[in-house]
Amino acid sequence: MITAGIDMGSRTVKVVFLEELAVAGAPQLKWGVKGKHIMFPDELDMDVAAEKAFEDGMKEAGITRDQVSYVVSTGAGRKQVKFATGDVTEVSAGARGAVFMCPTAQTVVDVGAEEGRGVKANAEGKVVDFAGNEKCAAGAGAFAESMARALQMNLKEFGEASLRSERTIPMNAQCTVFAESEVVSLIHSATPKEDIAKSVLDAVASRVCAMVRRVGIEGDVILIGGMVNNPGFVKSLKTSLGIDHINLPDMPEYISALGAALIAADGKA
Amino acid sequence: MALYKTEQLKCWKKAKELREKYYMDYASAKERGGIRWSGSAWALDAIPAGLGTDVHSLTGEPYAAAVAHDKKLNAECQNAAESAGFARDLCAYMRTYWGSIYLNKYLFGGPFPKPDFNFQTQICCSHSKWYQHASKLENTPVKFIDVSVGPYRDLTDERLMYVTNQGLESIEWMEQVTGRKYDDELFIQAVKNEMRSTSLWAEICVLNKAKPAPLDEKTMYSLYVLATLSKSSKWCADFYEECLDEVKDRVARGIAAVPNERCRVMSDTQPPWAFLKVFRYLEEFGAVSIGSLYTFGLEGIWETKPDGTWGPRTTPMQKGIEITSREQAMKLYCDWNLSKPQWQHFYDPRLKTEMMKTIVKEWGVDGVMLHLNRGCEGLSIGIMENRLGLAAAGIPVMTFEGNMGDEREFDIGRTQNRVDSFMETLNLKREFTHA
Repeated sequence: MITAGIDMGSRTVKVVFLEELAVAGAPQLKWGVKGKHIMFPDELDMDVAAEKAFEDGMKEAGITRDQVSYVVSTGAGRKQVKFATGDVTEVSAGARGAVFMCPTAQTVVDVGAEEGRGVKANAEGKVVDFAGNEKCAAGAGAFAESMARALQMNLKEFGEASLRSERTIPMNAQCTVFAESEVVSLIHSATPKEDIAKSVLDAVASRVCAMVRRVGIEGDVILIGGMVNNPGFVKSLKTSLGIDHINLPDMPEYISALGAALIAADGKA
Repeated sequence: MALYKTEQLKCWKKAKELREKYYMDYASAKERGGIRWSGSAWALDAIPAGLGTDVHSLTGEPYAAAVAHDKKLNAECQNAAESAGFARDLCAYMRTYWGSIYLNKYLFGGPFPKPDFNFQTQICCSHSKWYQHASKLENTPVKFIDVSVGPYRDLTDERLMYVTNQGLESIEWMEQVTGRKYDDELFIQAVKNEMRSTSLWAEICVLNKAKPAPLDEKTMYSLYVLATLSKSSKWCADFYEECLDEVKDRVARGIAAVPNERCRVMSDTQPPWAFLKVFRYLEEFGAVSIGSLYTFGLEGIWETKPDGTWGPRTTPMQKGIEITSREQAMKLYCDWNLSKPQWQHFYDPRLKTEMMKTIVKEWGVDGVMLHLNRGCEGLSIGIMENRLGLAAAGIPVMTFEGNMGDEREFDIGRTQNRVDSFMETLNLKREFTHA
């Protein structure tokens, strides 16, 4: 059996195809990733974007639509996926996928473009408690993205630059708009870019940390979402949470899509 | 899909009519030579009742909540208050009320009806400034009663007399500002009415322990509001008698508010009034909001019964106490109000957490939805402490940000998304979509 999860995020569409393996035993060995695909939609029509991402994904995975038994959508635009057989929130999908990737983890930190959240999950990857940012981007990837733009760096450069800094400059503003003014002030006072980058990522980590602490840290911690690719943020988050190790899964942007595909396989959506 | 029978609440229409009449009576009081006064829903409204039978009040919070349903006027009021220099993070009700004065527009038509005096209790951080400024705008006399004497469980006779004496002084003040002679019999009757109203409301809420719940919180808002308007009036107490009988009948016949009730949640603080459809959204999952400490205890007066359960406070009349004098009535009245559940958390959030845990246990609640209400500092104070306390007790909790009276601070899409996640944690699937 092949199932699919499609994550309609605020910036990208991610698709994961899972196939059932013949291996019996531990749940994480029962399913293997048959294929994955990510795309940046160049149009606003979410339904069309979902269709295109799904088609491209199937092509890459070498499968046809009739081979896919169930499709579960997740993410901000999950209701727009007309061909989905079910949908699930990104909170549930992220937790399911994260615990699949790291079975010892019970604390899932999910930082994507639009939202940051802390999730407490049980051993089956079911959500026990969760907390997220509300109408504010300060605890999410978009904040770091915006600040990188202000420094005229791309995200990769931004993350790497922060690793070169040993300074701690508190960022007082919690609002992206005001934080940008603060960054501009730092630039004008000739503060090295790496120090500013670290300051920004420390601020995001601090906001995310508050959400994680709200649900409490239990078991291992796993970080999912696009910010896994930002080593500066990972370092800041470890410091903020006061822990030495955070599990960083492969294909972090796909974890929610993976979780949706697993939920499709469970028949629970 | 339907597990239970349902039917409309018969007294709902009457509640709406009484509410409408209240606002119109206030507006037209002067035409009949009557007295108008204004204060919050927590003002000690039995006291002005001694000035005569033609005394009408305008309570600020329910008025502002009513304005919140009129999105256009509400936005105009918010803008008017902001244009006058008031910050957006102040009490949303207060800004709406002031905006209504600045615009000189009354929700129910015509200019804003100026009161003869403002009369207010001081416990909420915003209430005093609210009526201080309103009085300045209207050039109206104002009287405050400080009721912040600590939690009821620690009440001493000295603390009670501190409040009681202010109540007695306020009578003399009202005589001066209105030129009327005070009628103690009317006051005593109003005290009795209020005790009856607020105890009866608690008794109605107790009936929601039944499964299926005979009332959902959205409907309860249309009922509890009468106590926020005029709890010391006979019409209010009489209405609750009638409502109690009907709800008892619903319980006896197994009539549900939500016919597909599979799960019971409770909320907290005022809802975002312009978005009550959130409660309809819950129904799509088979979830009923059975009420909240806010709906139960904003006006309802409660006590712990001998068997340890929470129930309506026994009135002095039920205890056989005869009220014969102004002084005795005032002391009993102040004691009654100081036990108000929603006044307790101003002193310590743990008191609120314990009351919430009681509701969860006795009303069979499966999950709690906390509204981080940016529009009300008073009722939101300590709410994250409440969250921690509930979570520590193993109770599923979700939070959502919003504002009771300023729709600019509420995101319906994001809130519904959060509800979706919460429902998933409670193993509930969406069963249907409201048209």
